Amino acid sequence: MTVHSQGAATSAPQDAPLKSAGLPPKAPAAPAGPSQPSPRGGRKQLPTGWLPYLLIAPAVLSLAVLLVYPLIKNVILSFQDINKIEFIQRKYPSAGFDNYTQLLGDSNFWTVVLRSFGFTLANVVLIMAIGSLIGLLLNKLGKKMRLVLSMALVMAWAMPIVASVQVFYWLFDEQFGVMNWVMRTAGFSGYEQHNWFETGLSTLTIVTVLVVWGSIPFVALNMYAALTTVGAELYEAARMDGANGWQTFWKVVFPQLKPFFLITTFLEVIWVFKAFTQVYAMNKGGPDRASEILPVFAFVEGQSQSHYGLAAAISVLTILILIVIMSFYFRLILKQEEEQ
Amino acid sequence: MSTTTAPKPAPTAPSAQPAQRLRTRGPLRPATVAKNLGALLLALLFLFPVYWMFSSALKPSSEILTKDPVFVFTPTMQNFEKATGVDNFWTYVTNSLVVTVSAVLLALLVALAASFAIARMRFRGRKGMVLAVMMAQMAPWEVMVIAMYMILRDAEMLNSLPMLTAIYFVMVLPFTIWTLRGFIAAVPVSLEEAAQIDGCTRGQAFRKVIFPLLAPGLMSTSLFGFITAWNEFAMVLILNKDKTAQTLPLWLTQFKTAFGNDWGATMAASSLFAVPVLLIFIFLQRKAVGGMTAGAVKG
Repeated sequence: MTVHSQGAATSAPQDAPLKSAGLPPKAPAAPAGPSQPSPRGGRKQLPTGWLPYLLIAPAVLSLAVLLVYPLIKNVILSFQDINKIEFIQRKYPSAGFDNYTQLLGDSNFWTVVLRSFGFTLANVVLIMAIGSLIGLLLNKLGKKMRLVLSMALVMAWAMPIVASVQVFYWLFDEQFGVMNWVMRTAGFSGYEQHNWFETGLSTLTIVTVLVVWGSIPFVALNMYAALTTVGAELYEAARMDGANGWQTFWKVVFPQLKPFFLITTFLEVIWVFKAFTQVYAMNKGGPDRASEILPVFAFVEGQSQSHYGLAAAISVLTILILIVIMSFYFRLILKQEEEQ
Repeated sequence: MSTTTAPKPAPTAPSAQPAQRLRTRGPLRPATVAKNLGALLLALLFLFPVYWMFSSALKPSSEILTKDPVFVFTPTMQNFEKATGVDNFWTYVTNSLVVTVSAVLLALLVALAASFAIARMRFRGRKGMVLAVMMAQMAPWEVMVIAMYMILRDAEMLNSLPMLTAIYFVMVLPFTIWTLRGFIAAVPVSLEEAAQIDGCTRGQAFRKVIFPLLAPGLMSTSLFGFITAWNEFAMVLILNKDKTAQTLPLWLTQFKTAFGNDWGATMAASSLFAVPVLLIFIFLQRKAVGGMTAGAVKG
């Protein structure tokens, strides 16, 4: 790693021989893609040649070694038959498509896939709905109350996930958890020693509470920030035209915030879909592997069951699903970039 | 930000009375009361887990293990003593600090060069680089742990702190490039050109003109990188089974055992682990909100 950083440090100052290298400065003006409207207001042609490549080289190299290579290795592993014995003997016998056919024919795998989608859907809907409402509320509050609420949100947002998992497990503890007391106090029966982690579904419900609690602040605070960009004159105009609050929101505010909603929703989908720490640290995917979502499924298959090839295949399929989701997200971002 | 005063003519206030603007200290309207009450309730709801963490950490164990929760108690430090008294506690601390700080510094250095090139230069493949950085920012690290484990097992590099540092460095690198690129692009080119006209080389112009202007951006970017690396759990969980090469996230999970959970110690450890991050967030609050990219923190 140090090699890279040295390269970066020394490369910056020695840029004197500007147009020394081969490429004529005008040629690469439209390097990739048709949409290259001279970026940010008539920038002057800056030197090309080897310098930019030297500057990005350390970053490119490190990403190649520590991100791209593991991704490739992941794909290779998914075509190999590596279980406990092969792992110890460091053998990598080819498996062809066996891992994939085994997975796709396994009803358990499809259960996990469905569970992952259901988990993601439930979380994202809750996060976006409640988060937006709180964002709207923030916009309506007076200065002091807004500060109070946003500070509370920032605290929840800031909580490190590993720590908040411990806290939520403790809140929902079977014997001494405060949630059982809350339920008893609220008059529900059967909460003397209620085990909140009894089934996979109940465990994932607790995880959902945790994820939603931890993710709402991001949506709410950004929603509020986005709302402040909606000009006051727009509200005024809507009011003059006799729109009520509901109409004002859907007809005036929402269209303005649509890019925000789309991008945030996709970000949340991506984050929730790969929520490993929340699920694993909560109950290790248990009880009986019933709360495993895809990333946890891959981890447990590999680490606990020593089915490394199969685990790699699960990873590959998970990444493929993520790539599909992300491609929508990137399209949105690129569109935004171009509009700016 | 004009909205702090602007949205008073509340557009959604149900059939608002015409007296809106004059309402300085008038009789409280039910809608306002409901609004503020709701906000207060929400604030308490969001704060409760954080409060419960700290309060449980300060309780003597006799008052933790009660069926009905105790809200008034004499604070004690015994949970903190227990949590910090485990074997290797200071190893966890130094590991976490060394790994996160070096990963972030390395990322800053590498990202500074790359983002300067992306923001200020034109070259073949520039757009491809931007795209690559964007995608790398979303890299599914949590799903790659098995492959990473196999690679490092074969390279005999499990339980290696430099390796963990390198991984965290690459984790925070794309985000760092992405944000710094924005900050650099925000510095007017004319400033840099003026410095060059005054006789600076391009490198000097960067160091003497752009760099000082970037300082706040560098600060917040590195703090976000710090949080990402500080909180990381999946990689260190699978790669570093050797306790002497582990970091704090694993330290705070170790008080739950098959023989029972030491909730006091767990909460004390969680509190200690969370405090730096909470402080950083309070410090960064304004920068965190608004910048969509900032959200990458919780990836």
